[in-house]
Amino acid sequence: MSTQSYYVPEQSRWPILASIALFLMAYGAANLINALSADAGGGFGMLLLLAGTLAMGLIMLGWFGNVIHESAEGLYSPQMDRSFRWGMSWFIFSEVMFFIAFFGALFYVRTLAVPWLGGEGEKGVSNMLWEGFQAQWPLMVTPDQNAFPGPEQIIDPWHIPLFNTILLISSSFTVTLAHKALKLDQRSRVVFWLGATVLLGVVFLYFQAYEYVLAYNELGLTLNSGIYGATFFILTGFHGMHVTLGTLMLIIIWLRVMKGHFSSEKHFGFEAVAWYWHFVDVVWVGLFLFVYIF
Amino acid sequence: MNTSVAVSHHHGPASGISRWLFTTNHKDIGTLYLWFSFLMFLTGGCMALLIRAELFQPGLQLIQPDFFNQMTTMHGLIMVFGAVMPAFVGLANWMIPLMVGAPDMALPRMNNWSFWILPFAFAMMISTLFMDGGAPNFGWTFYAPLSTTYAPPSVTFFIFAVHMMGISSIMGAINIIATILNLRAPGMTMMKLPLFVWTWLITAFLLIAVMPVLAGVVTMMLMDIHFGTSFFDAAGGGDPVLFQHVFWFFGHPEVYIMILPAFGIVSEIIPTFARKKLFGYASMVYATASIAVLSFVVWAHHMFTVGLPLAGELFFMFATMLIAVPTGVKVFNWVATMFRGSMTFETPMLFALAFVVLFTIGGFSGLMLAIAPVDFQYHDTYFVVAHFHYVLVPGAVFAIMAGAYYWLPKWCGNYYNETMGKVHFWCNFIGVNITFFPMHFIGLAGMPRRIPDYALQFADFNAIATVGAFIFGFSQLIFLYNVISCIRNSKPASDRVWEGSHGLEWTVASPAPYHSFSEPPQVK
Repeated sequence: MSTQSYYVPEQSRWPILASIALFLMAYGAANLINALSADAGGGFGMLLLLAGTLAMGLIMLGWFGNVIHESAEGLYSPQMDRSFRWGMSWFIFSEVMFFIAFFGALFYVRTLAVPWLGGEGEKGVSNMLWEGFQAQWPLMVTPDQNAFPGPEQIIDPWHIPLFNTILLISSSFTVTLAHKALKLDQRSRVVFWLGATVLLGVVFLYFQAYEYVLAYNELGLTLNSGIYGATFFILTGFHGMHVTLGTLMLIIIWLRVMKGHFSSEKHFGFEAVAWYWHFVDVVWVGLFLFVYIF
Repeated sequence: MNTSVAVSHHHGPASGISRWLFTTNHKDIGTLYLWFSFLMFLTGGCMALLIRAELFQPGLQLIQPDFFNQMTTMHGLIMVFGAVMPAFVGLANWMIPLMVGAPDMALPRMNNWSFWILPFAFAMMISTLFMDGGAPNFGWTFYAPLSTTYAPPSVTFFIFAVHMMGISSIMGAINIIATILNLRAPGMTMMKLPLFVWTWLITAFLLIAVMPVLAGVVTMMLMDIHFGTSFFDAAGGGDPVLFQHVFWFFGHPEVYIMILPAFGIVSEIIPTFARKKLFGYASMVYATASIAVLSFVVWAHHMFTVGLPLAGELFFMFATMLIAVPTGVKVFNWVATMFRGSMTFETPMLFALAFVVLFTIGGFSGLMLAIAPVDFQYHDTYFVVAHFHYVLVPGAVFAIMAGAYYWLPKWCGNYYNETMGKVHFWCNFIGVNITFFPMHFIGLAGMPRRIPDYALQFADFNAIATVGAFIFGFSQLIFLYNVISCIRNSKPASDRVWEGSHGLEWTVASPAPYHSFSEPPQVK
């Protein structure tokens, strides 16, 4: 493999600016959260968080803009392309591990911690803390109902979640159709199928939001409703954030396709977003099975 | 198209501060990492000296218990995330492109971003010392509910600082993997890679696998503290032990993240100064990989006394002991490399030899801790402190020192002062052993860790340990002076630097040119 024309960029201002923006976001978020918990306003934290987020958005536009420009100038060799592919693959792997932490927590409490609290097995002595507590899953009645009132009902998997599953799986197909069309250089079909993918993502997010409203207002399923609510919201919540990010990424490549970016041979930006989209899809299947159904 | 490539290959470093702020050069970024790590080493070291000063005598003399707890917490966090990890990343940045014959790291701008997140993250974490309620005081392992229900408000800043460090580590690791897999010179097959590169490849994989889990566990803490969830609260059906499981699922691979690159450095240095090829190259690679795989299935050996089911205790006990096998292979290979070699004892070799001996002591006390029934006696005592300081200080830190002395002439183009290096080594060697060896005894005798005061019978050994800590701590100033005078003016180094040196990094000039290989070298 030749390293002859490997492109080493000139000095760049983006990384240091991005570090400052990230710091503003983190410091602002911590300030805001602490102030909210202490009922002390939080305007300063909010300001920093917004400023940081806005700055990060602009920096990303500029940084990716640079990369796109360099790519369009033909500075990138096939070897550079492989670096990007390795980079994106390992990034997705890190995201998978992030979700594994929460799935692991879910499996641990379901199969071990809650039964032990209910008096099962050699660790059942912990049942002495809350006598008469019955282990069950979903955990509708928590050990301490005053501190953590259990949910009255849980989400029926065969309505909204099933529909959402169909939406997301279809969207994986539509993004693949868009990719196929791009390889054949049929640009209008790319625009159509990408648009369909974005639409499916947005509808999915709408129903997720609707489900949250339903959970809070009618089912008594909240962050505060014991371990079922905690695992439910952290898993679906982080998944929802990833779908949001994925949808944003899809919109950006959609706009780029319409501007005439990407060729039928070279379009790694497109593929990276498609990979990411498949990843959120696979996570959803895990959620549908282990959070909603079983 | 090709002109700009040529330009980017032939210009030197920019002048002034912008060279460091905007750089995309792997050597500049490596230098930044190494200086940052040294600064953090001194910061965390001052905290350690404060802890040891307080423990010089029984009773409370210098600091209050709450501040003592803040010091142990910050010392651990700064040393792990601020000193040891960035030092290895710095060495990786400097050496991996040189060793594999690459022009630079695979993703140079992201490389700069990985570094520059760190100063901000640590500024935020250290700023918690000045906040209302003080800094985090729950130990570097931040067990719930100490770190949730009973935590100071500054814990929120700690959580976001950990997130930033995680982002930095993951991006750094992705860069290293992409460089090793994709930027090797023609002919540099995987099984020809220097061991430092191999160990870093595996370390980078571990980093990408477990830093997100750390992010997950601090996120669950954040939710429990501020948003009413009950992950770590049994009143809502959660479990405080869940925290320990998730934390150590990150934490155990993390300790190998801090030692595998050290194995790599030592495997580079010993063959050079024994003037022999490394014994059992392939077995070294496989041993490193096995240690990495095993690191994912041993985490609960940190939790033997928490009340695991018997089957769990047994599984984690035997799985942990299994790690001694690949580690033994490594120690055997290092010794076999030296066997009948024509050895000389320059400073890097002294540190590497001390590493082999003292790390092995730390490994043996690790085996003792792995035995579940006796761990009930050792758990949370100074024996544990002795164990992990033996693997981290004369283990990881000595390897970093060895690497720094070994490659310093290549970096600066000058030899360091050998006499001063040897003085530094002996102060370190003696200081470390005086500090940490007595901790084995007081631990076995039952002195608990993370306690600012102690019973009278532990007084003598504690006083001795404190003396050792001050010798070790202040001798780092010798190192600092030696490095600075080496950079400024000293005897110029040849390209090969060492008589027995081997590998691509010794084929470039000393100091290494700003851009390593504009034409890929051929490896036969």
